[in-house]
Amino acid sequence: MRKGTIVSQKAAYPYLLITPAVLFILLFLAYPITRVFYLSFQHYNPSRPFMNGFAGWANYTTLFQQKEFYEAVWVSIKWVVTEVFLQLVLGLLVALALNCHFKGRSILRTIIFMPWALSGVLTATLWALLYNEHMGLINAVLRQFGLITKNIAWTGNLNKVFGAVVVAELWRGIPFFAISLLAALQNIPDELYESSDIDGCGRFKKFQYITLPLLKEQIVLSSLLRFVWEFNSVDLIFSLTGGGPAGKTTTLSILIANQAIHTNNFGYGSAISVISFLFLTFFAVFYVQLTRFGKGI
Amino acid sequence: MSKQQWTTKLLIALILVPITLFVLLPLFWAVSISLKFEGDISKLPITYLPSPATIENYIVAWYNVGFSHYFVNSVVISVGAVIFVVIMSIMTGYSLSRYQFKGKGIFMIVLLATQFVPVAVLLIPLFNIFNNLNLIGSRTSIILANITFQLPFNAILMRGFISSIPLELEEAAMIDGCSKTESIVRILLPILKPGITTVAAFAFIGCWNEFLFSFMFLNDPKKFTLPIGLKYMQGQFDINYGALAAGALIAMSVPIVLFGYLQKHLVTGLTSGAVKG
Repeated sequence: MRKGTIVSQKAAYPYLLITPAVLFILLFLAYPITRVFYLSFQHYNPSRPFMNGFAGWANYTTLFQQKEFYEAVWVSIKWVVTEVFLQLVLGLLVALALNCHFKGRSILRTIIFMPWALSGVLTATLWALLYNEHMGLINAVLRQFGLITKNIAWTGNLNKVFGAVVVAELWRGIPFFAISLLAALQNIPDELYESSDIDGCGRFKKFQYITLPLLKEQIVLSSLLRFVWEFNSVDLIFSLTGGGPAGKTTTLSILIANQAIHTNNFGYGSAISVISFLFLTFFAVFYVQLTRFGKGI
Repeated sequence: MSKQQWTTKLLIALILVPITLFVLLPLFWAVSISLKFEGDISKLPITYLPSPATIENYIVAWYNVGFSHYFVNSVVISVGAVIFVVIMSIMTGYSLSRYQFKGKGIFMIVLLATQFVPVAVLLIPLFNIFNNLNLIGSRTSIILANITFQLPFNAILMRGFISSIPLELEEAAMIDGCSKTESIVRILLPILKPGITTVAAFAFIGCWNEFLFSFMFLNDPKKFTLPIGLKYMQGQFDINYGALAAGALIAMSVPIVLFGYLQKHLVTGLTSGAVKG
């Protein structure tokens, strides 16, 4: 038994305390999830009630015939990999720089970490003002330096939109990595670096042989959490582009949200959700394995 | 200064200067637009700074666009949810921290697994549930959804805070004749105050930023929250960019202040094993 815990004589007490949480999770999370599986086998559209009824595998067969589904899977993969990779690299650089002692460090840290607290819709709004074709800052600056002669519709152009959304998401995604990696860096004892000084190691040798191996665990964990988070994220893309133009920014999650919000095709939307769950289960099992979460508590 | 120190300084600057500019750029532009007269915003060539400046956009956003409603709704929904989240995460955290009981490990895994559940997937079934409960269109539905999504993460966080307080303090109170509940309320809660404020701030930011459920469940503009108001403005045919920028800055004022408070606890929060973006 761990120190500081009680094996209760009144065995009901710990259960009583978690009852409200359990009820909320059962009612508004567990039950809805089982409904998703049920609905994926139903024709269900609130605006066409006469069509509703058992559908068998129909929603799935429709899904696997749609080009939009495969495109969404591809956009999701591209989105998650680009975001996690860039956020990790930039977040690591920021963490390494902020781990050094210099004047003004705490104010810079506050500024750089601040976007963490802002919502996807708010971030989308700020970047929409920058990307705007007519009054946006980016076009204005590029024109002034003569880099473009015609304004670019950053979120309406088929070739530019993905990059534009990626950059906006980076803006509030870098702090997550920077914060957790900075914490890990501060746990590395100085003695390790001092002894390598004696051995005459250079800056990059130190990074390669001391810093990186000690950060490995935190990097893997944060990346995995971020993979899931970016896979599920909707708010920013939904506000900035709605998944358009021509599905160029439609991830699986955006596809699901659009089915729920715009087309009201609840049965079909649920089938996409089930596929989405399969991806997530893979991540979740991996994560629990990795952290051995729930054991030794 | 040695050559080594100079290269270090140079490397730090090479990383932090561009990143800081990158972070500040959207904020600078939103402030600039929010202070421009409507006619100046899209006048060519685009000016970087407002001249002359005006606060008219803030007045229009607050009174005419409806940000006064959005702000109050966001406060009501967030405060309503946070109260429940705090109480329930103290209860759950206490149970997880102080007791060994059957099913505890599984419950912890469930709490963690909830963080992997995509919000988009729950839109349809939750819409049905709230529809059956006659709650669609009500702020109550959003409060309930917020409690559900904020509770697991904050319960895990609270468990950590409670574990850092020695059990002996409560035991001493109980020897002095306090009941279990009395010892929690009188002894534990006062010491737990920093933990409670941290959890409250985390939960508040989460509720304040919630978007999808509000977007799907609320249909009366009088009940819109700030994110819905911002999204709604951008969906209109003739967008008032000055008021939009002002509205965005009004919406971000609260999370920025809370962030200032939370900063020192961010690491504990982000590394306590929960997904928090």
